[in-house]
Amino acid sequence: MLRDTAGRGRTSGRARVSSAAAVLLAAVSGAAAGDAPNRTPSIFEPVSTPATEIHHLSLLVFGITAAIFVVVLAVLVHVIVRYRWRGDDPGREPPQIYGSGRVELAWTIVPILIVIVLFLATARTMGTIQKNRAPEGALRVTVVAHQWWWEFRYPDLGVVTANELHVPVSTKDRPRPVFLTLESADVIHSFWVPRLAGKTDVIPNHPNTTWIEPEKPGLYVGQCAEFCGTQHAGMLLNVVVETPETFSSWIEAQRRPAVVDPAVETGRDLFRSTACVNCHEIRGAGASGDVGPDLTHLMSRATIGSGVAPNDRAHLESWVRDPATIKPGVRMPAMQLPDRDVDAIVDYLETLR
Amino acid sequence: MSEIDSAAVLPAPGPAPLGARLHEWVVTVDHKRLGLMYVGAGLFFFFVAGIEAALIRWQLAVPNNHLISPDAYNRLFTMHGTTMIFLVGMPILLGIANYLVPLMIGARDLAFPRLNAFGFWVFLFGGVLLYFSYVAGEGLYGAGSAPDVGWFAYAPLTGAAFSRGNGTDYWIVALLVSGLGSIATAVNLVTTTLTMRCEGMTLGRMPLFVWMMLVVSFLILVAVPPLTAAQVMLLFDRRLGAHFFDAAAGGSAVLWQHLFWFFGHPEVYILMVPGFAWASEIIPVFSRKVIFGYPMMVAATVSIGFISLGVWAHHMFAVGMGTTLNSLFAASSMLIAVPTGIKVFNWIATMWGGRIRFATPMLFCTAFLLQFTVAGLTGIMLAVAPFDWQLTDSYFVVAHFHYVLIGGLLFTLFAAIYYWFPKATGKLLDERLGRWHFWLFVIGFNLTFAPMHVSGMLGMPRRIYTYPADRGWEPWNMAASIGAAVQAVAILIWVWNVIRTFRRGKPAGNDPWNAWTLEWATTSPPPAYNFEVLPTVRSRRPLWDLKHPEDPDWKYE
Amino acid sequence: MTEHAVAVTAVPSESLRGRVGMLCFLCSEASFFAVFVVAYLFYVGKSATGPTPGAVLDLGLVGVNTACLLASSVTIGLAIRAVRRDRGRAFVGWWASTALLGVEFLAGTAVEWHRLLRTDGLTIATNLFGTSFYSLVGFHAAHVTAGVLAIAVVLALAAAGKVRRRDAERLELLSWYWHFVDGVWIVVFTSVYVVGR
Ligand code: HEA
Ligand code: HEA
Ligand code: HEC
Ligand code: CUA
Ligand SMILES: [Cu+2]
Repeated sequence: MLRDTAGRGRTSGRARVSSAAAVLLAAVSGAAAGDAPNRTPSIFEPVSTPATEIHHLSLLVFGITAAIFVVVLAVLVHVIVRYRWRGDDPGREPPQIYGSGRVELAWTIVPILIVIVLFLATARTMGTIQKNRAPEGALRVTVVAHQWWWEFRYPDLGVVTANELHVPVSTKDRPRPVFLTLESADVIHSFWVPRLAGKTDVIPNHPNTTWIEPEKPGLYVGQCAEFCGTQHAGMLLNVVVETPETFSSWIEAQRRPAVVDPAVETGRDLFRSTACVNCHEIRGAGASGDVGPDLTHLMSRATIGSGVAPNDRAHLESWVRDPATIKPGVRMPAMQLPDRDVDAIVDYLETLR
Repeated sequence: MSEIDSAAVLPAPGPAPLGARLHEWVVTVDHKRLGLMYVGAGLFFFFVAGIEAALIRWQLAVPNNHLISPDAYNRLFTMHGTTMIFLVGMPILLGIANYLVPLMIGARDLAFPRLNAFGFWVFLFGGVLLYFSYVAGEGLYGAGSAPDVGWFAYAPLTGAAFSRGNGTDYWIVALLVSGLGSIATAVNLVTTTLTMRCEGMTLGRMPLFVWMMLVVSFLILVAVPPLTAAQVMLLFDRRLGAHFFDAAAGGSAVLWQHLFWFFGHPEVYILMVPGFAWASEIIPVFSRKVIFGYPMMVAATVSIGFISLGVWAHHMFAVGMGTTLNSLFAASSMLIAVPTGIKVFNWIATMWGGRIRFATPMLFCTAFLLQFTVAGLTGIMLAVAPFDWQLTDSYFVVAHFHYVLIGGLLFTLFAAIYYWFPKATGKLLDERLGRWHFWLFVIGFNLTFAPMHVSGMLGMPRRIYTYPADRGWEPWNMAASIGAAVQAVAILIWVWNVIRTFRRGKPAGNDPWNAWTLEWATTSPPPAYNFEVLPTVRSRRPLWDLKHPEDPDWKYE
Repeated sequence: MTEHAVAVTAVPSESLRGRVGMLCFLCSEASFFAVFVVAYLFYVGKSATGPTPGAVLDLGLVGVNTACLLASSVTIGLAIRAVRRDRGRAFVGWWASTALLGVEFLAGTAVEWHRLLRTDGLTIATNLFGTSFYSLVGFHAAHVTAGVLAIAVVLALAAAGKVRRRDAERLELLSWYWHFVDGVWIVVFTSVYVVGR
């Protein structure tokens, strides 16, 4: 149902050959895919600078830790095999060795050296990734996390939308990083799209920043990664990375006020006369609530309820009738509308392209 | 001491009626009985929290599962984590220390026996209170029941605005109360260790177990009160309208995290160092060799204690602390690998050149060495701050901490139980069942938690009650759930082993493992007064000296 | 062998036990207070609304309180010296003055709080200052109260002639607690009335 602009986009060949782990994971996720589109948000298939940097660092760390593990394993196996008691001579005790300063010094110093290497690598990557100010020419987006959905504001472009973040691709000749300011309307959430960047927590009264630089069009999934209440699991996140042209036309469309279609007059009046208008904004229809997602261009989104259900007639109907059937615990009440009104409202919603 | 000595010569009472025996246990101030009650209560809570874990795994076995509602699920993992840490880990480690510290240092009881009883009953009250929330939360306010905010209860989700009902209040008060019990017991252990050692037992001759429990007790004294303080603040916020963590009034959600983890990180070493302590007694005995590098082991433990007070913010790499703080905490977290590595290597060096007998306790200790290394190395990956931005709050973290808490703590706990059970009951657990228990548990444990590393790196966050089918997480979750079932079977075998041994176990004798510390010098189970004559020691292994008068330890120390 | 003679300490093991135990307890108490102090300092100047500490905290009254509390540390020390030398009358005198000074401190705090609550309308729910102030100062006052109660009990026993030289050790421990509470006050005073004002 989701528009997959560039298929799975998991053919990042370099990432796959560069790490044995990635090969294994790719193989397994491929096997599990079947017919359903597989959108595994694997950290080993990065498509954006911060995620790529972390991926490189992780390979180094895996290398070092794997080596340590192998050494410990080998020594332990040797000890188990070589020094196990074979039932002979039960009374005899082996020679007692109380310690050895030199040996112990060795296994103090070597780990210290390893730790220094790890730390330097850490500091270096941290320096490259952590940026507090928007780089030149970046697209700025403010992310406001709510229980349990995402609001995206493009302050420079005058666009407000929800749950599906659209950003342009950033290429070598047309670099266009996206700089995100993270704010929370209630509790702590965490913004995480594994293939684009690591997590940054979204904390009330403590604005944070992060950035992404996606280098390939496609749909990248993620979700809220800090426990934030009942529907923490239902706070999914879709990032749609588009070519600059597609992105501009999307922005163009989003800027327009809502379509006014006389055929769905009843639905619109109902929307305005019930509680809907207290919580939702529909620009051009006199609705300006800010508790729930902006619905001005609802139908431009592929999912509803922050990604928990496809945006089709059947799901819209049950959502408007009682959203808790789709997303138990959701912060939108069931309005107890008669079927006729639900139909009319959904007729209206369906015109909000 | 004279009155205790005269009590010792009184004839032992015959079997009393059940009521009277129960009464004896309730009013007891004997460190051994309290120790056993601690362990018993801890194991009871272990079964409860284990069943909660089983439900979690059942729910997560397949995507889009609707077996358990989101709220019920959130309660399950909160109660599972809280119970395992505070009502399983803490009481068991305190209980075993209670039982063994006086025996190992040749004392007749702890310094303050009544304070000890107070500590136990307060802990038990806290535990019961926590579970009472399941029935009581609903009744009073009609909203919420058991706490559902996660075991570290991040503000402001715990504030009155977001956490209605009184589940969170139960969480606060229950842990506050049981925390007081832990502090009381820690005071007791430190005092006992510092003032009541038998003649000749200098600090440098204390068994490593006692040393490590001394460090743990200090950590409890320093780290638990801040949790208590933070919980009091939260309670003020919720009930008196204070604003400590109320973001709307300028309060800071990050402050809670600092305070919690200032407790929380030392807490994980409070849980793990006792595991080190048990392993440090068991590995030498079954390798038939003295511990390798005793002074270094002590130094490593003490430095782990110190460093662990300065690493807490590695749980907060994603909150946006800035590069300086992130680097600082990354460095200190990695540094802790050094003393911990020393321990791992010293244990292996102890086995090197020995004549290793793989009885059940040693099996568990050997698996511990390997699994703990895996766990520590994943910990190092998490300490690499940028990598942690990907890994934090994902199933990778869940894998890391179950590898330490189970692969480390629970494995050594099983070793300790197989090892000291004969001392406490006079009967040996069955070795054949023990091996079944061991192998099934090794398989089940790794099958459950190894796949979680992968699902975490494939982007699966923790604390989600269900997940979509298109993420490629299914096989890993299914494997984990099957593994949990295997673990359950292993644990049932162990329960059966214990029950059977109580009924018709082999008598153990005073010293079934041919060991070296003082607890094996008295009868199994020890009499109320522990030792007929308080012992005098000349080395770290008094029983070795006795058994090998031709080659005693004190010549070398 | 000389190293066997570990028991070469001046203090008999019974009272050594009490001392180590008390020190451990105070160590955990210090850790508890440290958190409230840190929280107080962290929130200095971060309140969204008034009143501010500068506007409502009165140094005169708290200065008298502080002097009394500090003096009480001296009097309790003298009391302990008296009981160690078995000078019953002097002990009761110094002990009673300690209690009085403690009571003065509590009374002074009560006056201060009354003023803050009534005149300045500052409650624990008003702002961050109220929240952190009442918690920190309140927990300290609670500790003083506990100390005063314990001292009063001893005073009653002393009045009944039940306090002897052999009790000196236990009284000494109580005095440690009292000194500790005093020391905490110095930190609280510095944070609240000097740094945070
Ligand atoms: C028993 C408890 C225990 C122990 C012992 C540890 C040990 C360690 N832990 Fe773990 N940890 C937890 C319990 C524990 N942890 C829990 C419960 C959580 C999650 C809480 C929650 O969020 O719910 C957690 C989370 C956690 C995080 C935060 C993850 C996140 O949420 O983002 C981090 C980050 O740095 C971390 C790091 C470490 C490190 C560096 C060690 C080190 O001490 C490990 C040191 C050991 C070794 C390294 C292996 C042996 C050494 C060698 C063989 C020498 C050579 C090695 C090198 C030179 C590297 N842990
Ligand atoms: C010592 C600590 C400890 C231990 C031993 C365990 C043991 C287990 N845990 Fe653990 N777990 C935590 C500490 C621990 N856990 C913590 C701190 C958290 C974080 C919570 C949070 O996020 O807030 C957590 C979270 C956690 C999660 C993540 C939940 C989420 O984020 O959504 C999962 C998921 O699989 C899980 C699974 C398991 C499993 C399968 C076991 C198994 O090993 C359990 C095995 C035991 C059994 C299966 C029970 C056997 C008993 C019987 C068969 C009954 C017999 C009964 C009688 C005789 C009376 N745990
Ligand atoms: C009390 C506030 C409230 C009221 C009243 C309300 N909503 Fe909502 N609505 C929300 C919230 C909050 C969400 C986001 C829920 C989530 O995803 O967790 C939402 C989501 C939606 C969505 C899905 C949007 C998306 O992109 O995910 C639709 C469609 C919707 N509401 C329609 C309506 C209609 C029609 C009405 C009136 C009949 C209505 N709402 C009344 C709060 C409200
Ligand atoms: Cu938002 Cu979890
Ligand atoms: Cu930690």
